[in-house]
Amino acid sequence: MREIPMTVVVNGDKHELSVPPHETLIECLRDRLGLLGVKKSCDVQVCGACTVLLDDRPVSACTVLAFEARGKSLRTIEGLARGDELHPVQEAFVEHGALQCGFCTPGMIMATVALLGENPRPTADEVKHYMRGNICRCTGYKRILEAILDASRRMSGGGKGNGGAKGTDGG
Amino acid sequence: MAADRLTVVGRSVPRLDARDKVTGAARYVSDLVLPGMAHAKLWRSPVAHARIIRVETERAAAAPGVLAVLTVADLPVKRLYYGPAYRDQPILAHEVIRYAGEPVVAVVADNEAHAEAALALVDVRYDELPAATSAEEALAPGAPLIHPKLDRAGHFRDLSGLRPVPGTNICQHFAYERGDLARAFGEADLVLEEVYRYPALSHHALEPHSAVARVDVDGITVWAGTQHPFPVRKDLAEIFDLPLAAVQVVVPLVGGAFGGKCYTKIEPLAAALAAKVRKPVRLALSLEESARTITRHAVTVRLRTAVGRDGTLLARDCQVVLDTGAYADIGPRVATKTGYRAPGPYRIPCLRIDSKCVYTNNVPAGAYRGYGVPQATWAYESQMDVIAERLGIDPLALRRKNLLKRGEEYVAGDTPMDGDMAEGLEQTARAVGWTAPIARGRGRGLACAMKDGGGTHTVSTAVVRINADGSVVLLAGSVEVGQGTRTALAQIVAETLGVPFETVVVAPPDTSITPYDHGTSASRSTTVMGLAVEAAARDAREQLLGLAAKLLDTDASTLAIADGSMTHGDRTLTVAEVISGHYGLVGGEVTGVGSFVPGTWSGTLGGATVFWETGMGAAEIEVDPETGEVKVVKYVSAADVGQAINPRECAAQDEGAAMQAIGPALFESRVSERGQLLNPGLIDYRVPAFTDLPGELGSLLIENADGPGPFGAKGVGEGGTFCAAPAIGNALARAAGVRLTELPMTPERVWRALRAARRVGNP
Repeated sequence: MREIPMTVVVNGDKHELSVPPHETLIECLRDRLGLLGVKKSCDVQVCGACTVLLDDRPVSACTVLAFEARGKSLRTIEGLARGDELHPVQEAFVEHGALQCGFCTPGMIMATVALLGENPRPTADEVKHYMRGNICRCTGYKRILEAILDASRRMSGGGKGNGGAKGTDGG
Repeated sequence: MAADRLTVVGRSVPRLDARDKVTGAARYVSDLVLPGMAHAKLWRSPVAHARIIRVETERAAAAPGVLAVLTVADLPVKRLYYGPAYRDQPILAHEVIRYAGEPVVAVVADNEAHAEAALALVDVRYDELPAATSAEEALAPGAPLIHPKLDRAGHFRDLSGLRPVPGTNICQHFAYERGDLARAFGEADLVLEEVYRYPALSHHALEPHSAVARVDVDGITVWAGTQHPFPVRKDLAEIFDLPLAAVQVVVPLVGGAFGGKCYTKIEPLAAALAAKVRKPVRLALSLEESARTITRHAVTVRLRTAVGRDGTLLARDCQVVLDTGAYADIGPRVATKTGYRAPGPYRIPCLRIDSKCVYTNNVPAGAYRGYGVPQATWAYESQMDVIAERLGIDPLALRRKNLLKRGEEYVAGDTPMDGDMAEGLEQTARAVGWTAPIARGRGRGLACAMKDGGGTHTVSTAVVRINADGSVVLLAGSVEVGQGTRTALAQIVAETLGVPFETVVVAPPDTSITPYDHGTSASRSTTVMGLAVEAAARDAREQLLGLAAKLLDTDASTLAIADGSMTHGDRTLTVAEVISGHYGLVGGEVTGVGSFVPGTWSGTLGGATVFWETGMGAAEIEVDPETGEVKVVKYVSAADVGQAINPRECAAQDEGAAMQAIGPALFESRVSERGQLLNPGLIDYRVPAFTDLPGELGSLLIENADGPGPFGAKGVGEGGTFCAAPAIGNALARAAGVRLTELPMTPERVWRALRAARRVGNP
């Protein structure tokens, strides 16, 4: 099968790839680029565990084809912290105990980064609705909600962390 | 030790795994890549019951990248059948297919896509057999006999007394009786009888079942996301006729379990495939395949209760039937425990319990967080409110009157009640505003429940190694499934040793390195493993103090370790200085060993149950009379944890459990037709989403340091699942005057009940 040549920027690094047309983005990220923080669970764009940012928009890597990322910029959980310095969303998740098994956590955090990029000061209801596509089976969501609201305060109110004051993901 | 003297225990320290989990660095079995690793995919039966005639594998074997296509006859094993209660489950279907979704053929290829593609070329010929796809059908006269013969596994002491009923599909029959039931029912002022139904559920831990196996001259190594590495090792040793020492089971982080990863699942198949192709083999199921691997039991409870006019419970007759599917898994124990727990945490002089575990041609059912308690509680806590309503007694007062008090026996010979449930329920009711005025269309409901916690006759051992630099490694077989066990056990080590929390590392379970543990289930790790860990840390501390005493020229009894140092007069030695002082500068270590062995342990409570795990729940709901939709406005859960080792994580366990239980209360269930699962995946199977989070979700921790575990701890994690359904059902009854007996309480069911009630009210 003819492969498709593509250039993609992943977590700031440029990759020249050649992918078969049926290769999914999750296969490309996990198997080709070794970004194992992108988690595979439902396969049908319901659970959000494989959420990554494609040009800052959240997508489920399980139902996006790799070549759709051609010429675009991707960000995964691996590209969020700067060295040892965690992103404010990551910090908030740690401090609020907003994780248990951790399998949904990378997708949950990436969706949060997208949310706060679009809406820096969401209400609790806005958070719930935006995050509806990210399933967590362990925490019951309460601490995730608290972490997201806290991250929002930190990022837009000059709190600590590396996210800056503009409510973007700092990328 | 008084709580105010604790320095690490009782603090909400950050989880040891938090940083890895927020940066994507955390590694699960499904992330494991071994050099030269092959991938397996399974051909699963489309029918519920059939006799296999012929399997054609040649075309699949010739497909690109395919290394092997295997039926059960091709597996290089000494024993084909396994299972924790009965050896009734073949590694691949053997002669007979017993459920739709059962693996029949395995394809191993160089990558997943090739293995998947070759599945379409497998041709299985079979003759369909009559199927029994509900417990009712399987119990009916003339039902197909799903397992004509049973072979007891003999793995666990409590399962040695299993009572199958020969010639039927009943693989376990638990019965208990006390008191003069006929007389009590005859003399009662009120007798109520109702049948309550709880549906089968999918665990849907987000990481599906995964295993990677490697077989070489030294034996078998399996990396698996299992809650029971040591029982899995035992099954593998028997299946391959190897000594335990030649089988190594390693468990990295697990992406959720909830009981679905208890006991042996896909590990033998992964190992058999690896042995056959002489390469490491990865068998990673999809989420839909996990739903075809194990389920929660659908349970029917017929509950008949005799009550005095003042609300005193006089007698209860509990008839429980569990659909355990095509293979028993741990169903027989779930049936025993569901029966045992079916009367509820009350003082009831006369009891009759009859619990049946029934084979059907459905997906096997096994352990699920709560182990039968949520099903039993749905029945008895719904009925408690009916009693309250009929007698005009406040539901809280009715429960207070009948709840077992601290020190009272549930069943003669078992551990007496070790907590104050009435007080806990009172607090829960207060937290939901039980007596406050309430808006129209809203209602509040309560429920409480208990389960014998800690596991039945289970052993844990642990090793604490203090290295020459003062850092500490804990070897403990408890599996980190998300509950925070590594963090809690590290806190117990740090507190007991007197060293900083940051110096303790917890190694992942590896059966060749980590000492034996029964498994991570039954809310047992903090209490039972915790005691083993505490004993190991004490052993290490005493050795260390002995060495320090020699170096400081004093008696060990005058020394203590605080913040990693020992002081005598004006001389202070760190842990590292003691070890290097004793061994010279070459290194060395201090190794402490501890264990918990039931029977030899004499806690203040004694008896059979390690502790009683109690759960209290209170809901405020709003019902939409037009649509029948029930919205949980507020939910409060309470857990008696004895002493919280890590309060934040205890509360998080309880909240997560409560939220999980709101699913089957309102919308979650497996839907099957003639044994075909219609909603295997997350598109059709609705689990709680972010938008289902109640406006307020709270957890109360009750701490009286009265548990048998370290520092007075009791287990937590299951209790939050007990009460949500009956608390919401009771709230619905108080809000709208309708009571459902079958879960989930979907808008359609509620709407129909509302319509029926209106008809009765306005003929």
